[in-house]
Amino acid sequence: MAEDDQIGDRQAQAPQGGRGAHTGDNAVAIEIAGLNKWFGVFHVLRDIDLEVMRGERIVICGPSGSGKSTLLRCINRLEDWQRGRVIVEGVELSADIKKIHDVRREVGMVFQQFNLFPHLTVLDNCTLAPIWVRNMPKREAEAIARHHLARVRIPEQADKYPAQLSGGQQQRVAIARALCMQPKIMLFDEPTSALDPEMIKEVLDTMVGLALDGMTMLVVSHEMGFARQVANRIILMDAGQIIEMNEPQAFFNHPRHERTKLFLGQILR
Amino acid sequence: MPANQPSYVRRALTEPEPPPVALGGGFTFIRSHLFDTPFNGALTILTGVIVALVVWPAVKFLFIDAVWEGTSRLDCLPQTIGREVGACWPFIKAKLPQLMYGFYPEPERWRVDLTYALGATLLIPLLIPRLPYKGANAVLFFGLFPLVGFFLLVGGTLGLSHVETRAWGGLLVTLVISFTGIICSLPLGIMLALGRRSTLPIMRTMSVAFIEIWRGVPLITVLFFATYMLPFFLPGNWKIDGLLRVLIGVVLFAAAYMAEVVRGGLQAIPRGQFEAAMALGLGYWRMNGLVILPQALRLVIPGIVNSFISLFKDTSLVLIVSIFDLLGQLRAAFADPSWATPVTLFTGFAFAGMIYFLGSFGMSRYALSMERRLNRAEAR
Repeated sequence: MAEDDQIGDRQAQAPQGGRGAHTGDNAVAIEIAGLNKWFGVFHVLRDIDLEVMRGERIVICGPSGSGKSTLLRCINRLEDWQRGRVIVEGVELSADIKKIHDVRREVGMVFQQFNLFPHLTVLDNCTLAPIWVRNMPKREAEAIARHHLARVRIPEQADKYPAQLSGGQQQRVAIARALCMQPKIMLFDEPTSALDPEMIKEVLDTMVGLALDGMTMLVVSHEMGFARQVANRIILMDAGQIIEMNEPQAFFNHPRHERTKLFLGQILR
Repeated sequence: MPANQPSYVRRALTEPEPPPVALGGGFTFIRSHLFDTPFNGALTILTGVIVALVVWPAVKFLFIDAVWEGTSRLDCLPQTIGREVGACWPFIKAKLPQLMYGFYPEPERWRVDLTYALGATLLIPLLIPRLPYKGANAVLFFGLFPLVGFFLLVGGTLGLSHVETRAWGGLLVTLVISFTGIICSLPLGIMLALGRRSTLPIMRTMSVAFIEIWRGVPLITVLFFATYMLPFFLPGNWKIDGLLRVLIGVVLFAAAYMAEVVRGGLQAIPRGQFEAAMALGLGYWRMNGLVILPQALRLVIPGIVNSFISLFKDTSLVLIVSIFDLLGQLRAAFADPSWATPVTLFTGFAFAGMIYFLGSFGMSRYALSMERRLNRAEAR
């Protein structure tokens, strides 16, 4: 037992130290230039330009159908696009499957519907990718998984199946599962939208903890409290475009765009 | 607390109570489940009558009036034994070797028995969930056993004399065809199902064409073509063993059906599962092998078993290409004049029916217990 804990601690501290060192410099984590995407004839993303620095936390909000989830899903190429460039940690994404895998290894993603694997225990959900993608020995993968499960405060659920957990617990497992790949970037696609009100806070607390550790995060969310608390920048998207991007203070207090005022009026009653 | 608070608002929280104990015994159960309305009562009585009409004569024929000892047709004739005659079991006893082995040479039949024994020894621990070493066991059963079985049954090496597949027959052929069909059609069907859902146009088109062509043709046609037409298309002296040709035909035919069963399962898996697996960096084969197929196959266990059972019974069609499986040997045995009695036909088919039923029912029950076990593990 004691040995396991040590492995977990060592594994967890090394990347955190490394990331902390990166937070200060101005290395670019994600570069998106002139991104255009169509679903059939529907122009879902229009000329998106965005640069995300390492350690930056960006919250993306906007009405439904505005393309915010699609933009997020382009970053790990769950969606392809017709025009423009996406460069993640120095790797330019294209149809090249090898490069896509290189990027996906370094980018964790958390989904609205959790998408845990129902046939695997919580622990196996967390160790699957480290073992099969990173070729990590099982013992080591389990030690890391237990560490991250403790970090999201559900170490005691490791041997249960997803269906036995509450929604909030499942989403925290999903976060732990993504963290087990030791990603450089985390994408959150409306992580609290499918949760009961009582469970939203536990997931947001986990995400705040992650932000404080210096993780590069892109979060599609309407949790404005969370945005105010941790975001470096808030982006408002509408009709496939970024129409406002600013620091939280300015975003909430002095929105430049009429559309932003309208949107804030709707959700900040 | 205001005095006029409505009575339906709790003043204090209550503790959970145990569920109420079920009232009444067997009689109440019968009343409420079988005779609760006049219509249901009539249905119950009607069902009872039908069961009595079917079950009683069957029991009478198979056991009560049956002849158990004897050496020839005379022992099974009402005229000679002076009573009503049910099943003529001595007929089965006399023909049992033929029904089991066909014309497999008598001194070599231990090889068939040894193959059965080996198969059973490897299969039974594989089926019992709590026994360990499932991986090694599966490799032995699915990898080594077919090879060893092939050398044992065919022979021609290591001092074993060669036995032509023409001589094989009876239950041996039924089991060889079913076993090969079952263990080859599932992986092939999975590949076809994945191919049909592939984004690569050539893979998809070829899979669709294969599935639709094989599904669109009756098995009899497939067997007939494999046996009588295929040799014309093969170059020169190139010959394929008759049983092997049939095996290939059966496997490809079953695989086409299996592919559609598996595809049904694949379609039931939510998009999010694929996306989560991809987002973790899993490639195509690992995504399917570790995340998608384990869920999809579990969903279609009933369909898979359905295919297995129908394959097991369809093997009897090989009779039309002169391969004498269990039913084929049975028909051959009917032709023996020394056992010609009015009940020979019924006895033979009753026996064959029981063997097929045992195999099919066994598969069905095992699959059911497996489903229960898998569901129990993940249920709330």
